[in-house]
Amino acid sequence: MPGLTRRRALTAAAALTAAAATPTLLAPGASAAGHSHEGALEPFDEVYKGRRIQGRPAGMAGTAGMAGMGGGHHHGHGAGYAVFVDGVELHVMRNADGSWISVVSHYAPVAGPRAAARAAVDELQGAALLPFPAN
Amino acid sequence: MTVRKNQAALTADEKRRFVAAVIELKRSGRYDDFVRTHNAFIMSDTDDSERTGHRSPSFLPWHRRFLLDFEQALQSVDASVALPYWDWSTDRTVRASLWAPDFLGGTGRSSDGRVTDGPFAAGGGNWPVNVRVDGRTYLRRSLGTGVRELPTRAEVDSVLSMATYDMAPWNSASDGFRNHLEGWRGVNLHNRVHVWVGGQMATGVSPNDPVFWLHHAFIDKLWARWQRRHPEAAYVPGGGTPDVVDLDETMKPWNDVRPADLLDHTKFYTFDTLEA
Repeated sequence: MPGLTRRRALTAAAALTAAAATPTLLAPGASAAGHSHEGALEPFDEVYKGRRIQGRPAGMAGTAGMAGMGGGHHHGHGAGYAVFVDGVELHVMRNADGSWISVVSHYAPVAGPRAAARAAVDELQGAALLPFPAN
Repeated sequence: MTVRKNQAALTADEKRRFVAAVIELKRSGRYDDFVRTHNAFIMSDTDDSERTGHRSPSFLPWHRRFLLDFEQALQSVDASVALPYWDWSTDRTVRASLWAPDFLGGTGRSSDGRVTDGPFAAGGGNWPVNVRVDGRTYLRRSLGTGVRELPTRAEVDSVLSMATYDMAPWNSASDGFRNHLEGWRGVNLHNRVHVWVGGQMATGVSPNDPVFWLHHAFIDKLWARWQRRHPEAAYVPGGGTPDVVDLDETMKPWNDVRPADLLDHTKFYTFDTLEA
């Protein structure tokens, strides 16, 4: 099916473009976020599809916009890294192979916590994230 | 004795009774307790610490017991109801009768993923999504969007042929049958189906979609088929494994049941057919 092939090609091209653009969009060092096996993860802070996504090691002092937002009160797991969407913490988890998932995209691992935050924004379609544990 | 049937073979009356019992559990508040329990385990089961419901050998017995609890709750509403299973390797398109308005309803609309037909559509008023991770209170799906293809029969067979139940490190990095069935490694069976359905099924609160039970009833059946194909193979580990439920250890949240108690499904139910 030529249409599907073309769409896949365009998707792949878009992904390559995004990957190439990544270093200029992020603070120095942030590109290491996708390589958790290299040691401590770097923080990130960006606007993705109109929403602010942030990530930082859970023990790190709060930066502007994240202070007092409760990073580190993880429920039953020791991820050691906190991710926020518009200031609300997103429950994320690191897999043994270094890939990551979040509670809103639990069955589809991605490369790092920033990719998990972006996947969450995609999944939410503009909806507000609820603080966990919900209900 | 409860007989679990292929959903594709259910009569109109069986579908109607199953749906009515599920909606009654929702109305009474009992349904949402199952969603809450599942998400609590999703968030706490981790590869490098305690893991019970997922990414561990006890993934299969844990969900067997979880489904037994749910089936018994359904039967307290209507004793004739049994959990059907969805063989997604056969009924693998959005046109399957599973997704018809007289059963689970279809995919979500493109704008917001909202399911708009069937008994669980938000418009019917019977299916509020209360235990949730975001603000949306309506059932969502996006069939075939997150991943295009459901697993094939050949892919299922390739996993059923694995002779070892599970292997160290007993988590999402393991080789062996359990982790390939769960999908963290290899062709990806169970996880991929969650992604294919999309909506709440792709999240930790996946039991918000009633198809959760039909998906896991088939995963459970694949475990039974694997046992029949490998009669000499056993649940492992057999003892002394930190953070992991050994054969004779009790499982949370029940604390009174061990994997050893759940290996033989015929103590609880049979299937309409059970090929090896």
